[in-house]
Amino acid sequence: MADENESKGEKKYKYSIIIPTYNERLNIAIIVYLIFKHLRDVDFEIIVVDDGSPDGTQEIVKQLQQLYGEDRILLRARAKKLGLGTAYIHGLKHATGDFVVIMDADLSHHPKYLPSFIKKQLETNASIVTGTRYVKGGGVHGWNLMRKLTSRGANVLAQTLLWPGVSDLTGSFRLYKKSALEDVISSCVSKGYVFQMEMIVRATRKGYHIEEVPITFVDRVFGTSKLGGSEIVEYLKGLVYLLLTT
Amino acid sequence: MFFVVRRMKHVVKIMSLVVAVSSIWIVLLQAAIIPRSYTLLLPIYFVVSLGCYGLLMIGIGLMQFPTCPEESVLLQHDIAEAKDYLSGNGIEVVSD
Repeated sequence: MADENESKGEKKYKYSIIIPTYNERLNIAIIVYLIFKHLRDVDFEIIVVDDGSPDGTQEIVKQLQQLYGEDRILLRARAKKLGLGTAYIHGLKHATGDFVVIMDADLSHHPKYLPSFIKKQLETNASIVTGTRYVKGGGVHGWNLMRKLTSRGANVLAQTLLWPGVSDLTGSFRLYKKSALEDVISSCVSKGYVFQMEMIVRATRKGYHIEEVPITFVDRVFGTSKLGGSEIVEYLKGLVYLLLTT
Repeated sequence: MFFVVRRMKHVVKIMSLVVAVSSIWIVLLQAAIIPRSYTLLLPIYFVVSLGCYGLLMIGIGLMQFPTCPEESVLLQHDIAEAKDYLSGNGIEVVSD
């Protein structure tokens, strides 16, 4: 049986794309359209984990299910905002793919990069492919100088202390082998973006083969400063926690 | 031996490195190959160099920070294309 498949060409894998949402009524429809546009010949399912959005996100998802099929778009909602880590775990329970992609719903992660994630994984047989904004071919739009400075400083500090083996620690656009995600996520306890850092650092410590692909990141939260003093303190605390426990 | 190093917690690896370097420093102090006054200042030189290296990396990274203004434009096109298709299929996506 396996020989039949191999002589025909590549083995067909299925990809589960988990998208946690909260008040993403507009963006979720666009993201779904773009995923279908860029993954034409790929077997995939989209798992929307909505935390009880009051803006009607779930209604839009149901309409999208009518359009694209309930087997391609799964709505696995939760009652209220319960955090990113648990959203992934919740989505994982319903994932039937061989691989799991996690991405943000706000269009900062563009589905056009999905084929390059898949290609990289097939080429290298990596357990994890992570998107990086900080290499040539990647990039960020919408960050002012201060934001870039803190990002760069944070990155240099994290590289020096943790030796993480990836260039973008806080990125959350990643492809995992399902078994790898299940293994890593069970040992992570942090919240927010420190959670993303913990995932990739723990994966590195466990010896998983990790590859990177360049991605562009368009920050759509214009004007609001997302990096206050408390964020920096949280980050430093997260770094020390990771330094001591991984 | 290598397996042991691999299985250590990261912080233990770093502490072992610190201990190893410190012992070299103490040996240098005892042996007095280099004049004592220099040897005593070595840790300060090291910390300052580390700080300068860090600042240099930040500066270089900042200058080379990859930006992609064209991506914003492309995104707007994608959004328009998506809205067109969706409203053609009965899904109205209205911006707030």
